[in-house]
Amino acid sequence: MTEWRYWLAEQRGTLLAIGIFVAMFLIYATNHPAGFSANMVQTASNKATLLAFVAMAQAIVVITAGIDLSVGMILTLTNCLASWIVVGTATETALGVLGVLGTGLVCGMINGAIVIFGRLQPIVTTIATGAMYYGIALMLRPNPGGSVNETLADALTGRLFGVLPTSLVALAAAALLIWVPYSRSVIGRAAFATGSSEVAAYMSGAPIRAAKFAAYTLAGLLSAVGGLFLTFFSYTGEAAYASGNAYTLFSIAAVVLGGVSLMGGRGSAIGAIFGALAFRTIGDLLFVFDFDPLWQPLFQGLVLMLAVSIGAFGLLRVRNRLEWFG
Amino acid sequence: MSETTASRPAPRGMAMLRRIDPAVAASFGCILLLLLVGSLYSRSFLSPDYLLQQLKVASFLGVIATGMMLVILLGQIDLSVPWVVTTGAMMACAAAAHGTTGAVVAIPFGILCGAAIGLLNGIGVAYLRIPSMIITLATNAVAQGLMVAYTGGFSPQDSASKAMRYLATGNAVPGLPNAVLVWAIIGAVAVWLLSRTTFGRAIYAIGNRERAAYLSGIDTRRVTMLAFALSGALSAFGGVLLAGYASKAAQSMGDAYLLPSIAAVVLGGTHILGGRGSYLGTIAGVILITLLQSILSVMQISEAGRQLIYGAVIILMLLIYGRQKA
Repeated sequence: MTEWRYWLAEQRGTLLAIGIFVAMFLIYATNHPAGFSANMVQTASNKATLLAFVAMAQAIVVITAGIDLSVGMILTLTNCLASWIVVGTATETALGVLGVLGTGLVCGMINGAIVIFGRLQPIVTTIATGAMYYGIALMLRPNPGGSVNETLADALTGRLFGVLPTSLVALAAAALLIWVPYSRSVIGRAAFATGSSEVAAYMSGAPIRAAKFAAYTLAGLLSAVGGLFLTFFSYTGEAAYASGNAYTLFSIAAVVLGGVSLMGGRGSAIGAIFGALAFRTIGDLLFVFDFDPLWQPLFQGLVLMLAVSIGAFGLLRVRNRLEWFG
Repeated sequence: MSETTASRPAPRGMAMLRRIDPAVAASFGCILLLLLVGSLYSRSFLSPDYLLQQLKVASFLGVIATGMMLVILLGQIDLSVPWVVTTGAMMACAAAAHGTTGAVVAIPFGILCGAAIGLLNGIGVAYLRIPSMIITLATNAVAQGLMVAYTGGFSPQDSASKAMRYLATGNAVPGLPNAVLVWAIIGAVAVWLLSRTTFGRAIYAIGNRERAAYLSGIDTRRVTMLAFALSGALSAFGGVLLAGYASKAAQSMGDAYLLPSIAAVVLGGTHILGGRGSYLGTIAGVILITLLQSILSVMQISEAGRQLIYGAVIILMLLIYGRQKA
């Protein structure tokens, strides 16, 4: 196989996600009542960025064949925290942002430590830690409220040079500064190896534990970035159980749409970002076509179900039935 | 066990002791400990009335956890519990609103709806080989979407039928709540199913190694599908009982049952990767979780603190005796 064909095969999921997104967005933009404008792109990208950060977080964990069901709750927790501390003068705000990101990092580290050193299943662990993070969020914000440094918030949700949404720039920066170095490092390669086959990775001497720990930690950090952006958009903090759960659920949908294998070892956070953008656009399509908003949860559920069923086509290629039980 | 002959009673006693699963023993130990702690807080904690009331509350979780246990024994997981519970409750109440015929079919109809969702899960897991965690999250989203579209996002006005209320709150045998009786019957059937039928033994076999079970001539896909359908039906039945208890259904009434049902099964010594576990352990786990929740509310800890302690205790208990073998 020539080099570019190998690259194409490896990136197939990501490219497919980009394709789906472009198609969906074209339908969305051409049918939007206000027409295609910088304003529309800004609103759409602000909404999608939140999910994109959480989807990146989820993708990084899923690649190691784990899952993080607490990403939505970390987002909620950091949202509540940010509504307390990201205020005041420039220095105070900067310290507050660092505090929020640090909290996300610590949440991710706790998940990672329990999964790796406690040898508990990621599903059970992250459901339980998610409950804890939600408990803390509820302590911070028993009632919705709080505020945020509005200058910073407006700067990060506005437009650069009048056209480019700043949130998209931040998203691209996160992808470039976090995902690209991570996926090319030894730890990142070990994460892919662990996801493909933990036994083989162990035998090859790959740093499995460090890779998993890094994955959960980065997931916590990226969820915190998502929580920070949520605060910038809403100007408040709210410990909403349902919305936290929805983010977790949608992050999995975005990861699947983004071509990341749920079995681990395949995919990229870039794909997950486009999966998130596509998922959000699909949800917004309903508004463009004037559907009752009540049908949106059902529609999103069906999209999620279709997305996860696509993988089943691989079964048609199975020659030996024993491979069903992989 | 069989080698110790009946003529020597002492060694047989030892063998009996050895047969007891340490996890099950630990759960019962924790129950005693919780009762002790609770009795320090309040005298009435050890009164028969209070304990019976706890058992009644536990029976709702018990019914749901029974289904969860079947699925976990297979080495899978059912994350669709929250909205299957709600669907069961809402559909039963909706049927009850349709005159006499409606009231008669209310309970079976609610259970049937749950079984249908469970069947969908089962087909996805068994025949399409989608990871159970993902497909059950997707069906959960679809069930939520259906219910939101059906109710318009509000709590439905239909109230539970007389039979539902009787089943959840009545006393057919004086002194023994019906709900406890229902759990006892379902538990007895589950024990019989798991230990005396081919279906039950097949569940254990699949949980240990599906490939080997398939080669031994078990139709593993059918068994898996049926187990998921049963889990859905039992979750919905739990919802029906809850609706009878509160005399109506409510949005997101099932959210509080996902983590507890998984925790009860796993704390009861059922291996999260499947293949091992006893129903006795699940009973212990259910009572343990219910007592824990009750003590936290007796201590008048806020919802936030309860979530926090609850998550922490579950992780702690799992760390102590629920770890995967390395």
